[in-house]
Amino acid sequence: MTVTTATPPVSRAPAPKRRAGRSRIDWSQPVVYVVALAVVAVAIGPVIYVFISGFRTNPDFFTDPAGLPNPWTVENYARVLGDSSFWNQVLASTVTALGTTIGVMLLGVMAAFVIARYEFRGRGLLYALFTTGLLFPLTISILPLTVLLRQMNLFGNWWGLIIPQVAFALPLTIIILTPFLRAIPVELEDAALVDGASRVGFFWRILLPLSMPGLMTVGVLAFVGSWNAYLLPLFVLQAGGAGIDNYTLPLGVQFYSTAYGQDTTGVLAYTALAMLPAILFFTLAERRIVGGLQGAVKG
Amino acid sequence: MSAIDTTGPAVSAGPAPAPDTKRRNRARAGQRREIALFVGPAVIVYVVFVLLPVLLAAYYSFFNWNGLGPLDRFIGLDNYVRLLTDPVFHTSVFNNFFIIVLSLLIQGPIAILVALLMNRRLRFRGLLRALIFVPYVLSEVTAGLAWQILLQSVPPTRWGPFDTMLQAIGIQDPPAWLADPNVVMWTMFGILTWKYLGLAIILMLAGLAGVPEELYEAASLDGAGWWKTQWYITVPLLGPTIRIWAFLSIIGSLQLFDMVWIVTGGGPLNASSTMAVYMVKYGLNVSQIGFGSAVAVVLFFISLFIALGYQRFALRRDLEGSLTGGERK
Repeated sequence: MTVTTATPPVSRAPAPKRRAGRSRIDWSQPVVYVVALAVVAVAIGPVIYVFISGFRTNPDFFTDPAGLPNPWTVENYARVLGDSSFWNQVLASTVTALGTTIGVMLLGVMAAFVIARYEFRGRGLLYALFTTGLLFPLTISILPLTVLLRQMNLFGNWWGLIIPQVAFALPLTIIILTPFLRAIPVELEDAALVDGASRVGFFWRILLPLSMPGLMTVGVLAFVGSWNAYLLPLFVLQAGGAGIDNYTLPLGVQFYSTAYGQDTTGVLAYTALAMLPAILFFTLAERRIVGGLQGAVKG
Repeated sequence: MSAIDTTGPAVSAGPAPAPDTKRRNRARAGQRREIALFVGPAVIVYVVFVLLPVLLAAYYSFFNWNGLGPLDRFIGLDNYVRLLTDPVFHTSVFNNFFIIVLSLLIQGPIAILVALLMNRRLRFRGLLRALIFVPYVLSEVTAGLAWQILLQSVPPTRWGPFDTMLQAIGIQDPPAWLADPNVVMWTMFGILTWKYLGLAIILMLAGLAGVPEELYEAASLDGAGWWKTQWYITVPLLGPTIRIWAFLSIIGSLQLFDMVWIVTGGGPLNASSTMAVYMVKYGLNVSQIGFGSAVAVVLFFISLFIALGYQRFALRRDLEGSLTGGERK
């Protein structure tokens, strides 16, 4: 498993050192840019449309749905930003995403540690148990899961999101982390044991810091997954009777769009602001996200 | 190997009684405690919230149950009979497969082509790659709401934002993207392609990064042109990546829910329903937990059947390598 392969070969400047084949690359270069830019335009066009149209008034929007704002107004954005529900939903998304991330990282690395570095009967079985989890996605178990959560009093509150999300993220986490932990040299462990550390001490003080890159990848994937989740919040929070102030952001946006459907530009502004954290987070953690997905597939 | 670790193989090797059995037993107990301590929480959470619900789904599917009262109206296979004879469920299954087939036939080739073109030294390559990936990072809800507004019919003329843009480039009479039952699944496929093409391109680029550069040099020395080189050298070497992407795409398409639920809710007239949408409609809106569970079980078996078949025939070669830690034979 090569989780770190993603590090992009950053090509700065026209790299003077390629003579062979240069002429061949050069004539096709414009074509490549045109194709790449076309794909980029399609990819971010709708997103830009949402952000810009958030600055329009509704009468303006309905006169020319595809036009530019005339006049520009910040009223929609100001209204959403002044709405306490919006901020409560940001808080809900943040808390549940952080809780999920911490839970997955902690439980995942502990389990992966045992699977990677202990010899015992049933180890293969344990690993297989977790990997079969990939066959049981949330979609399949959502109905019985909600019944279960209701019986456990986890219905309608954030724990009902966090705990199942941790559980469903465990298989991929363990699949990514196990080879990572196995790759840490045995000599290190021997040295730690000779110095009087216990196996558990070795885990906390040496293995954990060393496996940070893998853990970060796993954590970022869990965070994004939780931040964007819809199906589970739909059942646990919306059907569970939590108030809109306890909704996560996707649920809140969806609620706003059904409740105030006539206010199209208001919905667009709300949607734009809900997109913003994901985009910001992505620009910060792009390598981890891309690398994690590529690593997971390559494994 | 560490001191404790050496007991491992001996333990699993079994019979041979060691001289200092007592100490060894104590070490073994200590190790067992450590294992339980470390792996226990994960196993409990995983078994209770991932595995148990699947078993419960299978159990509930034999009952007529609303999820609240006593679970006492056992009806055998009635839910399954009702499900498999419902034309709306047939449409839903068809729609899942519609998305699978179109994804493989259209998304895959586009992604490979774009990745091949971008697999070279480019200025701003990192930036281009990041921008292409943006739709994948957005939540299905925000992306779906954006498309719902873009494709909507605006009352007086019925032309929405997207239609108006098309008219500006000469397409005068675009279809009713979301309101026409014959068009809506194509629209849905378009939206999903927009959302997931970036991921496919990124995965293909990662696969291409693993193709050794010497091969290109050799091919160009032999006088092969760019297209020939790509077709005969790169694409075959990209095989494992393509097969894994296809697998992810198939599994994702089978579970398709969020985007459809947000954009159309399965409509118009159930024309864009999928298995998951169908299940949620019964589970969430009318609380038919028993019937919904039967849908989940059918969805599971269809997915399992396809996953196993795919692994058997397409993925076997790739997995052999990865499971044995890269020791390919």
